[in-house]
Amino acid sequence: MSRWRHLWFRSRSEQQLEKELEFHLALHVDELIAQGYDPAEAQRLARLDLGGPEQVKEACRDSRGTRWLEDFVLDVRYAVRALRRQPGFSTVALLTLALGIGAATVMFTIVNGVLLKPLSYPEADRLVSLHEQTEFSTRFGNQWAFAYPNFLDVQRASRSLEMAAWRFSGGTFGSRGDAEYVSARQISAGLFSVLRLPPALGREFLPKEDTRGAAPAVILGQGFWRRRFAADPAVLGTSILFEGKPHTVVSIAPVGFRLDDEAVDVFTPLGQNTEPVMALRKAHPGINVVARLRPGATLEQSRAELSLLGSQLARQYPDSNTARSFVAAPLKPQVDDVRSTLWLLLGAAGLLLLIACANVASLLLVRAVARERELAMRVALGAGRARLIRQCLTESAVLGLAGGLSGLFLAAFGVRPFLYFWPGIMPRIEEIRLDWRVALAAVGVSLACGFLFGLMPALRAPARGLDRTLRAGGRTLAGASRRVHGGFVIVQLALAVVLLVSAGMLGRTLLRLSALDPGLNINNVLVTRMALSPSAVTEPGKMRSNWRDVLDRARQVPGVEAVSLVDTVPMREGNNQVGYSTVPGVIAPNDQNVALATSVTPEYLKVMGIALRQGRFFTDQDQLGGAPVVVIDEVLAQRAFPRQQAVGQHLWMPDLSDSALLVVGVVSHVRHWGPAVDDQASVRAQFYYPFAQVPDRFVRRWSELMSVAVRTSRSPLSVVEPLTNAVRGTTGDQVLYEIRTMEQLATSMLARQRFLLFLFGLFAGLALLLACIGIYGVMAYLTGRRVPEFGVRIAMGATAADLLRLVLKQGLAMIAAGVLLGLAAAWGAVRLLQHLVDGVQRTEPLTLLAMTGLLVAAALLATYVPARRASRIDPVGALRQD
Amino acid sequence: MPPKSDLPQGTLDLLILKTVAMGPVHGYAIGQRLQQVSQDVVQVPQGSMYPALHRLETRGYLAADWKLTDTGREAKFYRLTRKGRAQLETEAESWKRLAEAVGLILQVPEGAAE
Repeated sequence: MSRWRHLWFRSRSEQQLEKELEFHLALHVDELIAQGYDPAEAQRLARLDLGGPEQVKEACRDSRGTRWLEDFVLDVRYAVRALRRQPGFSTVALLTLALGIGAATVMFTIVNGVLLKPLSYPEADRLVSLHEQTEFSTRFGNQWAFAYPNFLDVQRASRSLEMAAWRFSGGTFGSRGDAEYVSARQISAGLFSVLRLPPALGREFLPKEDTRGAAPAVILGQGFWRRRFAADPAVLGTSILFEGKPHTVVSIAPVGFRLDDEAVDVFTPLGQNTEPVMALRKAHPGINVVARLRPGATLEQSRAELSLLGSQLARQYPDSNTARSFVAAPLKPQVDDVRSTLWLLLGAAGLLLLIACANVASLLLVRAVARERELAMRVALGAGRARLIRQCLTESAVLGLAGGLSGLFLAAFGVRPFLYFWPGIMPRIEEIRLDWRVALAAVGVSLACGFLFGLMPALRAPARGLDRTLRAGGRTLAGASRRVHGGFVIVQLALAVVLLVSAGMLGRTLLRLSALDPGLNINNVLVTRMALSPSAVTEPGKMRSNWRDVLDRARQVPGVEAVSLVDTVPMREGNNQVGYSTVPGVIAPNDQNVALATSVTPEYLKVMGIALRQGRFFTDQDQLGGAPVVVIDEVLAQRAFPRQQAVGQHLWMPDLSDSALLVVGVVSHVRHWGPAVDDQASVRAQFYYPFAQVPDRFVRRWSELMSVAVRTSRSPLSVVEPLTNAVRGTTGDQVLYEIRTMEQLATSMLARQRFLLFLFGLFAGLALLLACIGIYGVMAYLTGRRVPEFGVRIAMGATAADLLRLVLKQGLAMIAAGVLLGLAAAWGAVRLLQHLVDGVQRTEPLTLLAMTGLLVAAALLATYVPARRASRIDPVGALRQD
Repeated sequence: MPPKSDLPQGTLDLLILKTVAMGPVHGYAIGQRLQQVSQDVVQVPQGSMYPALHRLETRGYLAADWKLTDTGREAKFYRLTRKGRAQLETEAESWKRLAEAVGLILQVPEGAAE
């Protein structure tokens, strides 16, 4: 405390020290005069007795223990002065560092927000997510959503958990004319209180509202409330039209509230869902369950309780709940699909930062050698070795910190564009911001960088061979220094090779994947989801006739060639796995006989441009009541009926139909998961079945899933408007939403690879640039130091070409070492890419060759310039320099 | 004049604390008093007095105020803090024990160890 006070009030304590010593001298002089000395002599003796006021002051300062701090302040000032004296050097070093730290900080900001930050609910560590576990789910390594009746039973019985649930939904808001499809969730009464997020206005659903037959109520999402109601609080208590029915608005959701990483428009009570499937414990539409540990309860207790409840329910409902258990796990953000991409990019940015550090280090080293004489002089004058090292480290730390702050500044502007270009949806995007953790990390990294690149020059500083340095007038060049310089250049080149080869591999991958045949014709196809009129979603007959009506109307739209319904659109989310068997009987599920099921209408092949290999596709004659039929793809044909004619065979699919399904046709395989992933997808086999043969009890559910797919003769987006108008229906409230072209979907499948390629390419380009600056700087410096030597060589008869060769050879040695080291590291990097990015193949020699060739060419160019200058020196001038 | 004696390590701090314990006093007077009380045996070099005072002040054993002296000059008067008094007691105690121990050793007649 008092140390800091001393430092703070340094000038004041200096004054007081002066005054104290003056007082002492005055008394002493008085006494000496009293003893008979004349005043001048008394003054002299008093000073002598004290031992010199300056020395005493110095000793006092030392004894106060603020010495190191005072020195530090001096060092910093000196460092800033030194950096300002060399604006060229400082600018290059600062820019390099700002770039390196800026890129790394942007990446870290995102990694921090998305992957590292805890969930933003109050006491988030008490929240758990609940899942059902079955033998089947365990085998596939995934977890099952809850059945609603199971949720109600567990919720009622649990003493350790406060539970809530929600389910994905959506629907039409408003009526004829301004009908709009909105995203929605059905939520249970306690959801907001379990999450400890009170609604922004109003109250959450009451338990009595969360039951069948209660008066319809809604909670509006923040964004929706602002967009459709101009954030008017008076909307509370009024009635709005949702799914064709009036609902009372009871509240507005909390600010920033998201479910499944989506800002939802409308929330309705889960308990008001009357679909019969909701009452099933088996083959149910799952719901998501979140719970909070009650005060005092531990995760272990809740797990024990859940397993107890699980076995009770298994005894009570042996049909559905045998071997079904409930598991709790701490609630985690769902970020798995971006995790590897983000870490990869952070790694690449880290490599770039290392290159930047190596660059600045070699610049500093050049400067340190140039300053050798100054430092040697200071050693000769009595400066301690530790003191000089500290001085040098302070300088590089100041530089690092300045670079870090500039980098932080750059990053503040870089995060938004990065997110703008990010392919797809970034989870937890609202968590991404430059906060104290990022700032701390950036400052920490920049200080670490400062020390990293300052260490070598600093250790050199306490002039080895002091006398020699002083005699040589700062023109000596020890072999060690040349090796250190070379080392930095080699490291830079090696790191640049890693980034270049990685970028090259990503580029190759993208080219290869783009060239793959997707199995369908993506040109001129429009796919859009559609919400049937709420008044139609009541009974199967109405829904079926509405769909027929939609297809007929769509076909009339000018430019439309063919139109079909489809539930799982290729290359869009959606995944309906069905187990099959070639013999009657129950099938044991395993990954060998699972296929991707797609329900379509007869024109589907024509719309998607899928090739028919054998047999026929569906016709309007394939109706409910007729023989159930399927069309399978080549992969399924190969698996189920190897070396046999597939058409005419039968398949059994208990999930789909109780009777045998007749295979009527074989079509080409579609890369459903996109070009990159399809080969590795665990479910590759596909089959199609007619939407017309879906049993009545499933029609409502299928209707929610159906998309309209349209092949057009002109640009697909140009038919969007007429199509929207055409399918609006007699009640005018049928709406299209999520309108995409197949081309867009196909492009988005490669978006991740493209984005990675873009950033790796950018980083690799910067790395190449920095490495070239590095090798140029070092070669220019090294040849500059050898000018007198070259003078002698010329005088002895060496030609310009000889000198050129001499210098180039030196550069080439460094380049070769860097490239070799880099190739070894790049091999590891490509293995990592292969592991983390879909579609990346083993290292291809051609890519390696091309990328290293690029680097070698650039590096040679950077070497050539100083080499050429060296070969043209004037020998007389050069000799005079010595 | 009796021969001067070098102070053992650390003794200066103890002597200063003891001197200041008698009442607020400025640096010059401390030196004077040490010399008088020890009958000129202890003579602290003036140059090492002040660093010691500042060290003790930094450690919180001493506090200082600026006051006017009888002659109307402004001087820095040191006084003992509570922490300083405790320190003085511990140090005096351990000094006493050490002195007694050294005395005991010196009393042993030569050759007694054989």
